Amino acid sequence: MSKIRSHIMVCGGTGCVSSSSEEIISSLKSELKKNGYDKEIKVVKTGCFGFCGQGPIVKIHPDNVFYVKVKPEDAKEIIEEQIIKGRKVERLLYSEPVTDIKLDEYSKMNFYKKQYRIALRNCGLINPEDINEYIAFNGYEALGKVLTEMTQDDVIKVIKDSGLRGRGGGGFPTGLKWEFTKRSINDQKYIICNADEGDPGAFMDRSILEGDPHSVLEAMAIGAYAIGANHGVIYIRAEYPLAIHRLEIALKQARELGLLGNNIFSSDFNFDIEIKFGAGAFVCGEETALIHSVEGCRGEPTKKPPYPAESGYNGKPTCVNNVETFANITSIINKGSKWFSSIGTEKSKGTKVFALAGKVNNVGLVEVPMGTTLREIIYDIGGGITDDKDFKAVQTGGPSGGVITKADLDTPIDYESLKSIGSMMGSGGMIVMDEDNCMVNIAKFYLEFTQDESCGKCTPCRVGTKRMYEILDRITNGEGVPEDIDKLIELGNMIKDTALCGLGQTAPNPVLSTLHYFREEYEAHINDKKCFTGTCKALAKYSIDPEKCIGCTACARKCPVDCISGSPKEVHVIDQDKCIACGACYDACKFDAVIKP
Amino acid sequence: MAIKSLDELRKIREASAKKVNLRETGNSSEDIIEVLIGMATCGIAAGARETLNTFIDEIDKKDIKNIRVIQVGCMGYCHSEPTVQVNIPGNSPVLYGNVDEKMAIDIIEKHILNNELLDENILIKTFEKA
Repeated sequence: MSKIRSHIMVCGGTGCVSSSSEEIISSLKSELKKNGYDKEIKVVKTGCFGFCGQGPIVKIHPDNVFYVKVKPEDAKEIIEEQIIKGRKVERLLYSEPVTDIKLDEYSKMNFYKKQYRIALRNCGLINPEDINEYIAFNGYEALGKVLTEMTQDDVIKVIKDSGLRGRGGGGFPTGLKWEFTKRSINDQKYIICNADEGDPGAFMDRSILEGDPHSVLEAMAIGAYAIGANHGVIYIRAEYPLAIHRLEIALKQARELGLLGNNIFSSDFNFDIEIKFGAGAFVCGEETALIHSVEGCRGEPTKKPPYPAESGYNGKPTCVNNVETFANITSIINKGSKWFSSIGTEKSKGTKVFALAGKVNNVGLVEVPMGTTLREIIYDIGGGITDDKDFKAVQTGGPSGGVITKADLDTPIDYESLKSIGSMMGSGGMIVMDEDNCMVNIAKFYLEFTQDESCGKCTPCRVGTKRMYEILDRITNGEGVPEDIDKLIELGNMIKDTALCGLGQTAPNPVLSTLHYFREEYEAHINDKKCFTGTCKALAKYSIDPEKCIGCTACARKCPVDCISGSPKEVHVIDQDKCIACGACYDACKFDAVIKP
Repeated sequence: MAIKSLDELRKIREASAKKVNLRETGNSSEDIIEVLIGMATCGIAAGARETLNTFIDEIDKKDIKNIRVIQVGCMGYCHSEPTVQVNIPGNSPVLYGNVDEKMAIDIIEKHILNNELLDENILIKTFEKA
């Protein structure tokens, strides 16, 4: 018996691997073998399904059953029930957060229903370590078509007409970038894939490289042909070992099949790709800094012009595109620019992948058409806020973006609309915050990140972000003064106007946008020395309501620093000088007598 | 072996597609023929696994597209195991009993490919689709 009748797909993305999906694979295999089914059932390690909050994910074809939060010890039951007897393992099915209904097929889940997958089309569907599976799903067809039937200008025209814009955050039209690079006359040109994903919370580039590496390699070859380059570089951070590993396998397999190398598809086109490792610096996402880093210099930006399209890597014309941008290319070539431009809004075409994180039920990777509203993403796909708390804000664009509040939840997302409400698309990080998040502290978190990641080349960014951070640190420690708010605004605008590169020009955004929408929180911190959410420990003053306290002593026994005094059956008192604001008393009290700051 | 032309690429694609077409059936069951095989304990004891593998084998041999073979739990006709239900889109489902390997081949050749029902072995002809 050699025919495979069922495929068990196990997520092999970094998220699921770290919750032991490798062990699940080996347990499934050994259970199959034990029962004599190993010749008719195949276990496949795939890329990220995107539903990371529910991982590890196991999907079974053709039964189309989707299991979530699977553990290695569940393998036995899956094989015995699903594979041998055809019965679903109910307890491993996903249950919708609001309705609590168990769902077996992923197409019924709200999480997947509203998604439209172009860049993530193969993630979770194919084995990323097997080029034949990529080819089975139309892989390398686009490259073949481009090399045998299209001129360089044809390719550029298709990409231009599609309306595809840079997915790394800049939003610059990709076709135009290719055209500029093609126009630069030179004996040597380069195409670079920017896989230096630095935005905290974003992981779409990693997931694409892990789940569908060939889609990026093929697109790079297409781009190289269009601009006239024969050498490609993937600049990837060394912190992505799994993505690097799969890229290396993919490169080797593509070379073996002659899809990289000389005379690809019997044409005159020669192209190969090398991988360069970055040390994981946020600033190296900026293309000039990235190019310097590839050259072996310090990862510092230089002023533009000259643009890399004229003078980039080794002083030669260079085109730098982001991973997700590349992941869209082959579908556009295969299905046409009209198909792509029919998706999305007037100025932002196609889809965007967002990494949904924070206080939301369905944490994961989602790809939606441009123009989808934040409400749809957070409530329909994301399943709402965890523990039924109140939505407060969502940060898009990572440390370069800003917060979006309840009032703008129905804004259709595209490059322009996000900018108009004071945030930005960025690379697609989306961090959801609930009522328990202190906005001053959030701003401080992002600024701590940017001032740490500032390369130090220009003064506004190097010194300015540091000073802003110091002010925020003072405010959260209860030492803020009323002038601080104006100082933050003035300094923030000055840095935006004078910094050399995108990092500095956008670094003050989280502060300015939280100040705009949540000024009263800053004022409470400064004037009343109060942090409403209790996040800022220095300002968190717990106290006991004498009306409600019955003197049960529960809080005093839990207090780690013994700052609660009072005898049994008498009202207790917290010594606020000694209190470390750990909140243990609040959790211990059964009578709601401890007042949270 | 290097791929030299689009035709060569397409040949590899066709060969590879066969290995992964199980996965394509996932989303729309609209125009897909379903063969459901009862694989509860009594079904397996009566030889449902051999029946299932025969179906898979024959479908592969005859290169039938748009079909998926799914194992299901007990269908309740213990007296006639192995039981197989055939759902052809647009037609009412048909349930066969005592499906051995030979009959599995008959079902494919007559019912699925030529739309002739195997009257003698039908348990039930019209009922709500499972």
